[in-house]
Amino acid sequence: MKLVTQTPVDVSEPVSEQTVWMIAIRDTRDRDAFARLFDHFAPRLKGFIVRSGTSSSMAEEIVQDVMLTVWRKADMFDPHRAQVSAWIYQIARNRQIDVIRKERRPLPEELGEDPGSEPDASQILAVDQETQRIRQALTKLKPDQRDIIQKAYMGELTHQEISAQTGLPLGTIKSRIRLGLERLRHELKELR
Amino acid sequence: MTSIHHHTPDALLNAYASGNLPHPFAVVVAAHVSLCLECRAALEAHQTVGGALLETTDVADVSSSLKADIMAQLDAPAPVEPTYTRSGVYPGPVMAALKGKPPRWKSLGLGVRQCILSADKEGSTRLLYIPSGRAVPDHSHSGMELTLVLQGSFSDETGQFGVGDLEIADSDLEHTPIAGAGAPCICLAATDAPLRFTSFVPRLLQPLFRI
Ligand SMILES: [Zn+2]
Ligand SMILES: [Zn+2]
Repeated sequence: MKLVTQTPVDVSEPVSEQTVWMIAIRDTRDRDAFARLFDHFAPRLKGFIVRSGTSSSMAEEIVQDVMLTVWRKADMFDPHRAQVSAWIYQIARNRQIDVIRKERRPLPEELGEDPGSEPDASQILAVDQETQRIRQALTKLKPDQRDIIQKAYMGELTHQEISAQTGLPLGTIKSRIRLGLERLRHELKELR
Repeated sequence: MTSIHHHTPDALLNAYASGNLPHPFAVVVAAHVSLCLECRAALEAHQTVGGALLETTDVADVSSSLKADIMAQLDAPAPVEPTYTRSGVYPGPVMAALKGKPPRWKSLGLGVRQCILSADKEGSTRLLYIPSGRAVPDHSHSGMELTLVLQGSFSDETGQFGVGDLEIADSDLEHTPIAGAGAPCICLAATDAPLRFTSFVPRLLQPLFRI
């Protein structure tokens, strides 16, 4: 395993508008921000969901459930740990699996914020920028490589493919997430 | 939290994030992540890649009424969902599988007990209770087996496992886990296929106990 170096946070860059909208939804129940978030994510969610063979009308039902969950569970959104797209991805996958299996999928306990902890702007920015870098790395992949990654994250891998195992050493939760992202980004780079 | 030595392999976390793990394994991974910050961070990293794919995917037009429909529902009361929190040594996902009730143990003999949480064609999930020094009968697996320690410890041919540790056994491993000294070992075990006991008597018992 190769050494992972942290990429410095570029403080001159603002956080993404999605993150700004989501914080407004969470903290002030901002409907305009929710409408913008819908305009951005709904067509992407639908595209993502129909890709796995779900019908257009069923996909719209799932999009509706996902977007309503985003509104109702906004207080669970923690920009120190997840960028909006990551949070919505997981909600969408959970919902899709629940619909297919007709039962609730087992989820980890929620991790409460440390009592009295202040928002850490540089951590929010770091998560945002790391996500941006991963997005760029994905767009630079060759089509067949992107396809493999897409399959893995759409739940389309076979059992045997899942069984291949690798270890993963990381450090405390917040910096760990950054390291985890860095490591994945390196992996993506190696695929190119 | 710092004493966990055996973690969820990355490929399993990826499969869990994407919803690609059979239900029995998903329960174990969710339980391990509840106990382990390291694997939680790795899982969230996978979710980030999933999010990046969502961002860069081909869009599909949504019907014109969808947005208004959703906006109109924002003030409607949210459906009430049961939530299960940790209770004693049992993490939230285990309490969810137990529907919030304490485990109902069934004796397997020699002080060993089990409580089956689910068993169907996808595999099985169970809690095992093994008194100190006792062994789970010698067995091999026709598929994969995940075992998460919730209390006490056990050791087998592959090593030692304490609270929070996750053992992954596949069809190549024939092992005899033995509970360590101290508190009885309680673990959460999941298989995607029935276990095969290598000694004669337990094999007879298999249909009885659905091991
Ligand atoms: Zn772990
Ligand atoms: Zn075993």
